Amino acid sequence: MSPNELSSYLIVGAVLFSLGMFTVLTRRNAISVLMGVELILNSANINYVAFSHFSSGNSAGQIYAIFVIMLAAAEAAVGLAIVLAIFQLFHTIDVEAAETLKE
Amino acid sequence: MDVSTAVFYLIALITVGSAGMVAFSRNIIYSAFSLLGTFMGVAGLYVFLGADFVAAVQLLIYVGGILVLILFAVMLTHRITDVEVTNRAAGRIPALVVIGVLVYFLIETVRQTPWVKAKAVVYAATTATIGDAFLYDYLLPFELASLVLLGAMIGAVVLSRKEIKE
Repeated sequence: MSPNELSSYLIVGAVLFSLGMFTVLTRRNAISVLMGVELILNSANINYVAFSHFSSGNSAGQIYAIFVIMLAAAEAAVGLAIVLAIFQLFHTIDVEAAETLKE
Repeated sequence: MDVSTAVFYLIALITVGSAGMVAFSRNIIYSAFSLLGTFMGVAGLYVFLGADFVAAVQLLIYVGGILVLILFAVMLTHRITDVEVTNRAAGRIPALVVIGVLVYFLIETVRQTPWVKAKAVVYAATTATIGDAFLYDYLLPFELASLVLLGAMIGAVVLSRKEIKE
């Protein structure tokens, strides 16, 4: 592990992805699930920028990372608006309580 | 171990440690504030990778925008005076097993794959290159992204307004 190796960044990205996946799998709180999604998007971005720096040598990876950040902002805005709508309807944001569509 | 390696370890530790707090904390306020450490740490990693513009964008959008949005949502949906557990989690043990296997295989893959190496690793200012790329090669995705942002903004407004019953 050193700052001049590709694999050290990839390992940080892998650990971040796993923690985000764990958050998405275990949390029952809708906002926490969205936080897990943000962790996963950040880990993907680390990989984009790391490959752009060490493997391709051009800036395409950084441009994709900026697109991912843009879409993450859109996702957060719409996702949290949905969470607020669910909270107004059910008075809870437990993802297991909002199951009206199931019946 | 020289200074840059030590700083790299510190930033990686902050990133992963804060992400662990997000994943394991029992209080959602702590989770939300730990996200700050993760986002700042990722921005630090971008600086190490020579991506100055992406690091600035990360700070502006993630720390200045998304984190504030998440904190607003937390404050609007919780009675924050409650001391009880606000961040319920279920099925931790099986999830931990699955994630452990996943992270093992990911790290083994990273270690054993012979990744392509660039001819030369350069450290240069990237803002001008990225600006040119957005206005020439990536013009269509750039415009589409602005449409997506407009749609998301209208959608968020429509979804979160209160309905007035007559």
